[in-house]
Order: sequence, then C-alpha cells, then structure tokens
Amino acid sequence: MIRYEDVVVRYPRASRDALAGVGLDARRGMLTAVVGPNGSGKSTLVRALLGRVQLGKGRVLVNDHPITDRMVFARRVAVVTQREELAFPLSVEEYVALGRFPHLGGWRGAGSGDRAAVERAMERAGVEEFARDERQLQELSGGEWQRVRLARALAQEGEALVLDEPTTFLDVAHEMSVFELLHQLAGDGHAVLVVSHQLNLVARFADEIVLLSAGRVAAAGSPDDVMQAAVLERVYEWPLVVTRDPAVGAPALLPLRVRRRT
Amino acid sequence: MWLRWFVFVLGLVAALLLATALGTIALSPGQVWNALFNRGDAAAITIVQVLRLPRAVLAALIGAGLGISGAALQGTMRNPLAEPYLLGVSGGAAVGAVFAVSLGISLTLVPLAAFAGAIAAVLLAFFVAHAAGTRGDARILLMAGVVVGAFANSVIMLVLGSAPSNVVRDAVWWMMGSVAAATWTDNGWLFGYLLVGGGALLLWARQIDVLALGDDTAAALGLDPERTARKVYAAASLVAAATVAAAGLVGFVGLVVPHIVRGTGIRRHLPLFAGSALVGAALVVLADLAARTIRPPAELPLGAVTAIVGVPFFLARLRRLV
Repeated sequence: MIRYEDVVVRYPRASRDALAGVGLDARRGMLTAVVGPNGSGKSTLVRALLGRVQLGKGRVLVNDHPITDRMVFARRVAVVTQREELAFPLSVEEYVALGRFPHLGGWRGAGSGDRAAVERAMERAGVEEFARDERQLQELSGGEWQRVRLARALAQEGEALVLDEPTTFLDVAHEMSVFELLHQLAGDGHAVLVVSHQLNLVARFADEIVLLSAGRVAAAGSPDDVMQAAVLERVYEWPLVVTRDPAVGAPALLPLRVRRRT
Repeated sequence: MWLRWFVFVLGLVAALLLATALGTIALSPGQVWNALFNRGDAAAITIVQVLRLPRAVLAALIGAGLGISGAALQGTMRNPLAEPYLLGVSGGAAVGAVFAVSLGISLTLVPLAAFAGAIAAVLLAFFVAHAAGTRGDARILLMAGVVVGAFANSVIMLVLGSAPSNVVRDAVWWMMGSVAAATWTDNGWLFGYLLVGGGALLLWARQIDVLALGDDTAAALGLDPERTARKVYAAASLVAAATVAAAGLVGFVGLVVPHIVRGTGIRRHLPLFAGSALVGAALVVLADLAARTIRPPAELPLGAVTAIVGVPFFLARLRRLV
C-alpha cells in the first residue's frame, strides 16, 4: 500500500545521500519494520513520505499513486513522527480530536461520526481515562504521551499507519503493549510501517523487516531472513550473536561485550 | 464556561464607559448616556462624541488587533514570546509609515506602506532566525526580532536625520504610540483592515491549531506547514501594521493578552482569537485612560504605559521558559 521505489534523498550540504536508492513495500495486513543503525536513513524515509524532504530520484506511492494532495494522503495514512513538542497547553481530548482535521478541513464542525472516531481511537490506544479525567498533555509521562499520539493517529482512521520510533521512552510493558496494538491493527488489515531501534521487539512482531545501512537496504525479508549474525555484525559494526526467543522462537539479538586482553 | 465570555464582554463595556466618563472633566454615567444620544449639556456632548469616544474606540481597535495578531503569531511560531512588537513587525511597520509620511503619501495609504514595512521585517526576522536555527526556537527568534527592531530604529533615525520638523514630530509620535489623534474616519479605515486580516485569521483558526503541533505533525495531518505559516504571518502582519499606522508602536499587548485568555482555559485558536480581541480591547482602553489621567494635564505615551505593564510580564514568562 505504501511503496518506495528507488528513493534517493540528499540533504543540502550533506556529503552523501541519506537515502541512496531505497525500495520497500508496506502491504496491507502486514507489520513492516524498518531497522538500522543511527544515521542509516530510517527517519528520512518517514520525512520523504510526508513530503518534508525533496526526493532526488524515485517516488513514494500510496495505493500505486503518487502523493499529490496532502489532505487526501492524511485521510489514508496516519503518521506519528519521532518527536513532537507542544508549546501550549492542550487537553488529551482536544489533541486526539485534531486527528479528524484531514476529514474536517479548516472550517466544517465535527459531527457525531467524528466524535465516535475520537472515542474509538482513545479506547483502542487505552487513553480514554486520560480524557475522562480531563488530563492535560503537559501532565503526561513520556509513555502516556506516546499513547496519546498513537490515539491521534488512530482517530485519522486511515488504512495505513506509519510510526517513527513509537517506543522511545517506554518501559518494557508499554513497549510490548504498543507492539501488540500494532500487530492487531495489521491483523485488521491496516498496513503498518514502523521505524524502530528495538531489533528484538521487531523480530517478534514484524511480518517483514527492512534493514537499512548507510541509506541502502542491506537486507529485507522475514525476521529469520534478516536477523543473521553475519549481516547484523557488518551493519552495526559490533560483535553479536543471534539466539532464539525461548517463548515463540523468534530470532533474538545479543550484542557481546568487547573482550579485553590483559 | 459562558461565564468568561460574559466577563470579557462586560470588561470591555465597562472599560469603554470609564474611558468616556473619566478625564479632566468627569462625567456621570447618566451624562455619558445622554450625550451619546445628543441629549443634555452641549459641552458634555462634545466631550463624549468628539473627544473621548473616538479615542476609546481607537484604543479598543488597537487592542483587539494586537491581541489577535499576537495570538496568531504565538500559535504559528509555537513560541509563547512571539508578539508583533518584539518580532520587529511593528518596527518594520513604523519604518514603512515614516517613509510614507516623509514622502507625503495620502493618509489612507499609510497602512499599506506600514504593511509593506511589516512584511519586510517578518522576512528579515525569518532570514536571521533561519540562518541561526529554526523558527521554533524561542530565543533565536527573539534575538532575530530584536535585531530587526534595532535595524528598523536605525532606519527611522536615518530618515529623520534629514527630515523637516513636522515629520520628526510625527515619527516620534509613532514610536511612542498614541491614540490621541483619533477620528471616526481613521477608525473606519482601521476597522476595515482589521476585518480583512482578523477575518482571515479566524477562518484559518483550525489550521493554526494543527500548525501549533509542529511542522512534521502538521504535515502528517495534511497541512503544508510552510505555506500555512506564511499566510498566517501575512495576515497577522497586516493587522499589526494597521494598528501601527493608526496609533504607532504599542508594545507587549500582543504578548500579554493571549496568555491571559489561555489562562481562563481557552486553547483552540478560534475562541482564543475572539477572547484576545475582547481582552486586548479592554486593556488598551484602560491603558489609554491611565495614560491621560495619571498626571493631568500631561499625557503619557500609550506605548510607555503598555510597556510598563508588559515588561515585567515578559520577564516572568521568560523565566518560566528558560
């Protein structure tokens, strides 16, 4: 549903391409994960989708069409960017309701359908109690804020969901609950594309993993295909072993301590 | 929650009433009421209809415009310290106005010249801020605004250096801010400009709600953040420029007023604009009343009164920010 074709991006005054010909396909009903070291181009991928960087070459397609109208795009694809800092106070409910903006535009009032979508989104992300208690965004913890942002994206009710590092600042339980939710959404037929540093988490939930390295796809395929010690060692430039998660048998990465000779 | 709107409207009406009743010759509310309808004492009618009411209405329009302009700039820049005066917008408008006056351009076109100056100042401030970082960074933007304001001041000084004395007097009047020369015709013009600029901002209020979430999130919600920000700056600058053309530099109103309105629990930009217009109007009417009654018969510059209230407020906000 979201397809990158040979995408090249170079930032002004950069010495190398941030993305040097990346192709990937986030399909409906699948959780597609993009992983890779810092600076490998993961976030640039999301910025390219949002039209925030100029493509040097290639294109990004949604449902096989190039993105021309941003409002139409926002009705189909909900994106949660990596960082978001609020300058002014806003309540949880007001914030989630802004997810309806692509459907309402600048002036039309929210109807009962919009309110129902906001309710559903808050319930699904588990933040309805924040709204009930009239919590303000600036009172939330890092984990709560991430879930509220997810609720805002769900209120957009698109067919696809794109998340850039959705589990930063989250503890183990919240990390797991976010990925369980993403897995469910993919099960419902959404196309879910998630950029993450959490290789082990991704290996347990993703249907497909794309490993980026210096702006190129170093490996792509099922978790078993991508989570190969030889490939990961080369990309991350760190000694590691790949073991098995004892519960579900998913590949799990174990970085090694560097042994010092005495 | 209707209570706060009741208080806002009541506050403005009370401020207008006080401003028409008080002064060197104090009138009773009944006398003011009669004078409004051409009844009673001829002197009272003149005082109310010719001297005090146009002035109070001008002050109200200035306050409403600066309040809305400040609220729009703060939301769009995601910067609680953004304000037309501090961003150099007003300074640029003053340069435009001083140029227009020194070239002898007709008075109805002065707001347009001020607008051109304001837009130039905005562009310059952004250029400076962009060279040093992003527009989201409060400190960089303020620095850029201060630089542009200082530049505007120096341009005004250069123009004045070779100007005839009547232009110098006008220019000084502009730089201190005053509503003493109010006439109904000028009020009508200002109202027209505010209607255009303020109306546009009201129409774009929800887009500004989205823009306040940040450029990336705004883009994710279907907005073109740069284009939206540009049109908001243009409208907010038009409003600020019109106030400068009509009454000179009145600082800190655009900073203080939106914070007061937010303090009552208003967050979305549509009610924020409406509230900022009402509260801004009431505050500037009261500030002008103070300017002309504190030390009669001398009149203090309106801009000085608003700055005396605004600077401590600004410092308090700055402390919370840093």
